[in-house]
Amino acid sequence: MLPLTYYLALSAILFTIGALGVLIRRNPLIIFMSVELMLNAANLVFVVFARVYEALSGQIFVFFVMTVAAAEVAVGLALIVVIFRTKHSIDVDQMSNLKG
Amino acid sequence: MTVDLILFLILALVAVATALGMLFSRSAVYSALFLVLNFATVAVFYLLLSAPFIALTQVTVYAGAIMVLFLFVIMLLGAEQLPPAKVLPWQRLLAIVLALILVVEAGYLLFFRGAATGQIGEPLATFAGPRQIGLELFNQYLLPFEVTSILLLVAMIGAIVLTKKEKGES
Repeated sequence: MLPLTYYLALSAILFTIGALGVLIRRNPLIIFMSVELMLNAANLVFVVFARVYEALSGQIFVFFVMTVAAAEVAVGLALIVVIFRTKHSIDVDQMSNLKG
Repeated sequence: MTVDLILFLILALVAVATALGMLFSRSAVYSALFLVLNFATVAVFYLLLSAPFIALTQVTVYAGAIMVLFLFVIMLLGAEQLPPAKVLPWQRLLAIVLALILVVEAGYLLFFRGAATGQIGEPLATFAGPRQIGLELFNQYLLPFEVTSILLLVAMIGAIVLTKKEKGES
């Protein structure tokens, strides 16, 4: 029997590490991975509360979050590949023009 | 110190350590591999929380498909060697300070203000197996399920159209 707050604290720590990754790193692939880490932290909270309230809806929502994350990763990585093709660099600090 | 607590602490340590490893790794491939380990640890957490279907979905979709996609793109772009960092000097410090404030605030709310109370019990036997998830998903949540299928189709089309070479390019 563990208190709920332990899981929520772990999720908060993982979310903060993900947010830190988005702020600190300049490689867009690492930034993307940090976003996935944040999504995972939120998924953990969903599953925890699905367990506490014995409601399956939390886990169904996690299922949908995973699906949307997969779609987002596919499109985002395609974008990164295309940007690399034109600029030959994937440094986010250099991608400050809207014009491709 | 019950077995539950020890198990939780070991897994939590691995999860946080791999997340930090992903954050601070100099090579993008190492970061991706650390994240795969993190996803596997979170999948074990889901098993502890009576979510066997979600745990294996996590391993299959996140660690098995999404991270493989990441590794493909990392290898394709040759991003494993990072250029020397020319960051704004105050950016890192500010980011770390803000992240610490966020963690301290979350910890305060959780542990001293009782934002969430409850206990996690033993894993339940047939709470969220594939059969129960399937019944819930296809009875209550059929519309989001079908919409998600369209979303995946759109994402697939988008990825193909974005990376298609225009006519006239070499």
